[in-house]
Amino acid sequence: MSLFNVFDISGSALSAQTIRLNTVASNLANAEVVSGSPEDTYKAKAPVFQTLFNDAINKDGASGVEVLEILESSAAPRQQYQPEHPLADDNGNVWLPNVNAIGEMANMISASRSYQSNIEVMNTSKQLLLRTLSLGQ
Amino acid sequence: MVINLDNAFGIHTRALSLYSQRTAVLAANLANADTPNYKAQDIDFKGILTRLSSGGNESSQMAATQAGHFGMKTITSRAAERLYRQPHQPSLDGNTVDVQAEQAAFTDNALRYMTTLRFVSGKVQGLMTALRGE
Repeated sequence: MSLFNVFDISGSALSAQTIRLNTVASNLANAEVVSGSPEDTYKAKAPVFQTLFNDAINKDGASGVEVLEILESSAAPRQQYQPEHPLADDNGNVWLPNVNAIGEMANMISASRSYQSNIEVMNTSKQLLLRTLSLGQ
Repeated sequence: MVINLDNAFGIHTRALSLYSQRTAVLAANLANADTPNYKAQDIDFKGILTRLSSGGNESSQMAATQAGHFGMKTITSRAAERLYRQPHQPSLDGNTVDVQAEQAAFTDNALRYMTTLRFVSGKVQGLMTALRGE
Protein backbone atom coordinates (compact mmCIF):
# COMPACT_ATOMS: atom_id res chain seq x y z
CA MET A 1 0.00 0.00 0.00
CA SER A 2 1.86 3.00 -1.30
CA LEU A 3 -0.11 5.54 0.67
CA PHE A 4 1.57 4.34 3.87
CA ASN A 5 4.97 4.90 2.28
CA VAL A 6 4.08 8.57 1.93
CA PHE A 7 4.42 8.91 5.71
CA ASP A 8 7.94 7.44 5.58
CA ILE A 9 8.94 9.68 2.68
CA SER A 10 7.45 12.92 3.97
CA GLY A 11 8.53 12.07 7.52
CA SER A 12 12.15 11.79 6.38
CA ALA A 13 11.80 15.21 4.73
CA LEU A 14 10.36 16.71 7.93
CA SER A 15 13.32 15.37 9.88
CA ALA A 16 15.82 16.72 7.31
CA GLN A 17 14.18 20.16 7.25
CA THR A 18 14.21 20.23 11.06
CA ILE A 19 17.96 19.67 11.03
CA ARG A 20 18.27 22.49 8.49
CA LEU A 21 16.23 24.77 10.77
CA ASN A 22 18.46 23.74 13.68
CA THR A 23 21.61 24.77 11.82
CA VAL A 24 19.98 28.11 10.96
CA ALA A 25 19.11 28.62 14.62
CA SER A 26 22.64 27.71 15.66
CA ASN A 27 24.18 30.07 13.08
CA LEU A 28 21.96 33.00 14.09
CA ALA A 29 22.48 32.35 17.80
CA ASN A 30 26.26 32.34 17.37
CA ALA A 31 26.38 35.23 14.88
CA GLU A 32 27.92 37.67 17.39
CA VAL A 33 30.19 35.34 19.37
CA VAL A 34 33.56 37.08 19.57
CA SER A 35 36.82 35.13 19.73
CA GLY A 36 40.51 35.96 19.98
CA SER A 37 41.79 34.05 16.94
CA PRO A 38 40.40 33.10 13.48
CA GLU A 39 40.75 29.37 14.27
CA ASP A 40 38.56 29.52 17.39
CA THR A 41 35.79 31.50 15.68
CA TYR A 42 32.43 29.79 15.16
CA LYS A 43 31.89 28.79 11.52
CA ALA A 44 28.49 28.85 9.81
CA LYS A 45 27.06 25.33 9.39
CA ALA A 46 24.92 23.98 6.55
CA PRO A 47 23.40 20.51 6.04
CA VAL A 48 23.88 18.54 2.81
CA PHE A 49 20.78 16.63 1.69
CA GLN A 50 20.89 13.27 -0.05
CA THR A 51 18.19 11.04 -1.53
CA LEU A 52 17.56 8.09 0.78
CA PHE A 53 17.92 4.89 -1.24
CA ASN A 54 16.40 2.69 1.41
CA ASP A 55 15.30 -0.74 0.16
CA ALA A 56 12.16 -0.72 2.26
CA ILE A 57 10.99 2.51 0.68
CA ASN A 58 12.59 2.11 -2.71
CA LYS A 59 10.77 -1.09 -3.64
CA ASP A 60 7.77 1.01 -4.51
CA GLY A 61 9.84 3.38 -6.52
CA ALA A 62 9.85 6.44 -4.30
CA SER A 63 12.55 7.59 -1.90
CA GLY A 64 12.85 9.99 0.99
CA VAL A 65 15.66 12.32 1.97
CA GLU A 66 18.35 12.30 4.65
CA VAL A 67 21.07 14.65 5.87
CA LEU A 68 24.37 13.33 4.53
CA GLU A 69 26.61 15.61 6.58
CA ILE A 70 26.78 19.06 8.10
CA LEU A 71 29.46 21.19 6.47
CA GLU A 72 31.16 24.25 7.93
CA SER A 73 31.49 27.35 5.79
CA SER A 74 35.04 28.06 4.57
CA ALA A 75 34.45 31.82 4.29
CA ALA A 76 36.90 34.01 6.22
CA PRO A 77 35.73 35.20 9.65
CA ARG A 78 35.01 38.90 10.09
CA GLN A 79 37.90 40.81 11.64
CA GLN A 80 37.24 43.79 13.91
CA TYR A 81 39.68 46.23 15.47
CA GLN A 82 38.73 46.47 19.18
CA PRO A 83 41.90 46.93 21.24
CA GLU A 84 39.89 47.45 24.46
CA HIS A 85 38.23 44.02 24.11
CA PRO A 86 39.53 41.49 26.68
CA LEU A 87 39.89 38.82 23.96
CA ALA A 88 41.76 41.07 21.52
CA ASP A 89 45.13 39.77 20.26
CA ASP A 90 48.45 41.66 20.21
CA ASN A 91 47.32 43.76 17.22
CA GLY A 92 44.03 44.68 18.91
CA ASN A 93 41.86 42.51 16.63
CA VAL A 94 38.92 40.26 17.51
CA TRP A 95 37.12 37.87 15.15
CA LEU A 96 33.42 37.37 14.53
CA PRO A 97 31.79 34.33 12.83
CA ASN A 98 31.32 34.21 9.05
CA VAL A 99 27.51 34.00 9.48
CA ASN A 100 25.50 35.81 6.80
CA ALA A 101 22.36 36.78 8.72
CA ILE A 102 20.33 37.68 5.59
CA GLY A 103 21.24 34.40 3.92
CA GLU A 104 20.28 32.51 7.07
CA MET A 105 16.89 34.21 7.20
CA ALA A 106 16.22 33.26 3.56
CA ASN A 107 17.35 29.71 4.34
CA MET A 108 14.97 29.62 7.30
CA ILE A 109 11.98 30.69 5.18
CA SER A 110 12.85 28.10 2.52
CA ALA A 111 13.12 25.34 5.15
CA SER A 112 9.85 26.41 6.73
CA ARG A 113 8.02 26.36 3.37
CA SER A 114 9.39 22.91 2.53
CA TYR A 115 8.29 21.67 5.96
CA GLN A 116 4.79 23.03 5.35
CA SER A 117 4.45 21.43 1.92
CA ASN A 118 5.48 18.03 3.33
CA ILE A 119 2.93 18.41 6.14
CA GLU A 120 0.29 19.10 3.48
CA VAL A 121 1.30 15.94 1.63
CA MET A 122 0.92 13.90 4.82
CA ASN A 123 -2.46 15.46 5.63
CA THR A 124 -3.81 14.75 2.15
CA SER A 125 -2.55 11.16 2.28
CA LYS A 126 -4.17 10.72 5.68
CA GLN A 127 -7.49 11.90 4.29
CA LEU A 128 -7.20 9.55 1.32
CA LEU A 129 -6.49 6.62 3.65
CA LEU A 130 -9.38 7.49 5.96
CA ARG A 131 -11.75 7.76 3.00
CA THR A 132 -10.52 4.39 1.76
CA LEU A 133 -11.12 2.85 5.19
CA SER A 134 -14.73 4.03 5.20
CA LEU A 135 -15.32 2.59 1.73
CA GLY A 136 -18.90 1.46 1.11
CA GLN A 137 -20.29 2.87 4.34
CA MET B 1 -26.04 -15.66 -11.67
CA VAL B 2 -22.77 -15.53 -9.87
CA ILE B 3 -21.35 -12.09 -9.16
CA ASN B 4 -17.61 -12.03 -9.69
CA LEU B 5 -16.38 -9.50 -7.16
CA ASP B 6 -13.02 -9.25 -8.90
CA ASN B 7 -14.74 -7.84 -11.95
CA ALA B 8 -17.46 -5.95 -10.12
CA PHE B 9 -15.32 -2.86 -9.65
CA GLY B 10 -13.88 -2.89 -13.13
CA ILE B 11 -10.88 -0.74 -13.82
CA HIS B 12 -11.33 1.31 -10.65
CA THR B 13 -9.40 -0.98 -8.30
CA ARG B 14 -6.36 -0.92 -10.58
CA ALA B 15 -6.69 2.83 -10.96
CA LEU B 16 -6.81 3.24 -7.16
CA SER B 17 -3.64 1.20 -6.76
CA LEU B 18 -1.90 3.28 -9.44
CA TYR B 19 -3.06 6.56 -7.92
CA SER B 20 -1.65 5.54 -4.53
CA GLN B 21 1.67 4.65 -6.18
CA ARG B 22 1.71 8.01 -7.93
CA THR B 23 0.99 9.69 -4.58
CA ALA B 24 4.19 8.15 -3.20
CA VAL B 25 6.24 9.22 -6.23
CA LEU B 26 4.96 12.81 -6.04
CA ALA B 27 5.54 12.85 -2.26
CA ALA B 28 9.13 11.77 -2.91
CA ASN B 29 9.54 14.65 -5.36
CA LEU B 30 8.31 17.12 -2.75
CA ALA B 31 10.45 15.53 -0.04
CA ASN B 32 13.53 15.93 -2.24
CA ALA B 33 12.72 19.49 -3.30
CA ASP B 34 15.99 20.71 -1.73
CA THR B 35 18.22 17.71 -2.51
CA PRO B 36 21.12 18.46 -4.87
CA ASN B 37 21.10 16.44 -8.12
CA TYR B 38 17.68 14.89 -7.46
CA LYS B 39 15.67 14.44 -10.67
CA ALA B 40 11.88 14.77 -10.42
CA GLN B 41 9.99 11.65 -11.49
CA ASP B 42 6.50 10.62 -12.44
CA ILE B 43 4.83 7.46 -13.70
CA ASP B 44 3.34 6.83 -17.13
CA PHE B 45 -0.19 6.48 -15.76
CA LYS B 46 -2.01 5.97 -19.04
CA GLY B 47 0.52 3.43 -20.30
CA ILE B 48 0.39 1.27 -17.17
CA LEU B 49 -3.39 1.43 -16.87
CA THR B 50 -3.84 0.49 -20.52
CA ARG B 51 -1.55 -2.50 -20.05
CA LEU B 52 -3.25 -3.55 -16.80
CA SER B 53 -6.76 -3.29 -18.25
CA SER B 54 -5.78 -5.22 -21.37
CA GLY B 55 -5.42 -8.32 -19.21
CA GLY B 56 -1.76 -8.05 -18.29
CA ASN B 57 -0.75 -8.29 -14.66
CA GLU B 58 1.59 -5.95 -12.85
CA SER B 59 4.75 -7.85 -13.67
CA SER B 60 6.22 -7.70 -17.11
CA GLN B 61 6.92 -11.07 -18.62
CA MET B 62 9.68 -12.09 -20.95
CA ALA B 63 8.74 -14.01 -24.07
CA ALA B 64 9.37 -17.75 -23.63
CA THR B 65 10.21 -18.98 -27.11
CA GLN B 66 11.98 -22.19 -26.10
CA ALA B 67 10.84 -24.98 -23.82
CA GLY B 68 13.66 -24.29 -21.35
CA HIS B 69 12.96 -20.57 -20.89
CA PHE B 70 11.86 -19.32 -17.50
CA GLY B 71 8.86 -17.07 -17.14
CA MET B 72 10.70 -14.42 -15.11
CA LYS B 73 7.45 -13.24 -13.56
CA THR B 74 9.31 -11.74 -10.63
CA ILE B 75 10.57 -8.77 -12.61
CA THR B 76 8.16 -6.00 -11.82
CA SER B 77 7.93 -3.28 -14.36
CA ARG B 78 7.00 -0.54 -11.92
CA ALA B 79 10.49 0.86 -11.61
CA ALA B 80 10.86 0.89 -15.38
CA GLU B 81 7.63 2.84 -15.71
CA ARG B 82 8.99 5.70 -13.65
CA LEU B 83 10.12 8.46 -15.98
CA TYR B 84 12.04 11.64 -15.36
CA ARG B 85 10.29 14.95 -15.81
CA GLN B 86 11.37 17.40 -18.48
CA PRO B 87 12.55 20.30 -16.32
CA HIS B 88 11.18 23.76 -17.12
CA GLN B 89 13.77 25.51 -15.00
CA PRO B 90 16.48 23.28 -13.50
CA SER B 91 18.44 24.60 -10.51
CA LEU B 92 22.17 25.15 -10.51
CA ASP B 93 22.55 22.29 -8.00
CA GLY B 94 21.10 19.80 -10.52
CA ASN B 95 17.69 19.56 -8.86
CA THR B 96 14.74 19.47 -11.28
CA VAL B 97 11.85 19.58 -8.79
CA ASP B 98 9.39 22.40 -9.51
CA VAL B 99 7.59 22.59 -6.15
CA GLN B 100 4.52 24.43 -7.46
CA ALA B 101 4.05 21.99 -10.36
CA GLU B 102 4.51 19.02 -8.02
CA GLN B 103 1.99 20.41 -5.53
CA ALA B 104 -0.51 20.92 -8.37
CA ALA B 105 0.09 17.37 -9.62
CA PHE B 106 -0.27 16.02 -6.07
CA THR B 107 -3.60 17.78 -5.51
CA ASP B 108 -4.81 16.64 -8.93
CA ASN B 109 -3.81 13.07 -8.11
CA ALA B 110 -5.55 13.18 -4.71
CA LEU B 111 -8.78 14.46 -6.27
CA ARG B 112 -8.68 11.74 -8.93
CA TYR B 113 -8.13 9.16 -6.19
CA MET B 114 -11.18 10.44 -4.32
CA THR B 115 -13.25 10.43 -7.51
CA THR B 116 -12.34 6.82 -8.23
CA LEU B 117 -13.07 6.00 -4.59
CA ARG B 118 -16.53 7.50 -5.02
CA PHE B 119 -17.16 5.23 -8.01
CA VAL B 120 -16.07 2.15 -6.03
CA SER B 121 -18.18 3.26 -3.08
CA GLY B 122 -21.19 3.61 -5.37
CA LYS B 123 -20.63 0.10 -6.69
CA VAL B 124 -20.47 -1.27 -3.14
CA GLN B 125 -23.66 0.54 -2.19
CA GLY B 126 -25.37 -0.74 -5.32
CA LEU B 127 -24.37 -4.30 -4.48
CA MET B 128 -25.56 -3.87 -0.90
CA THR B 129 -28.94 -2.58 -2.10
CA ALA B 130 -29.25 -5.58 -4.41
CA LEU B 131 -28.30 -7.98 -1.59
CA ARG B 132 -30.74 -6.54 0.92
CA GLY B 133 -33.58 -6.46 -1.56
CA GLU B 134 -35.44 -3.87 0.50
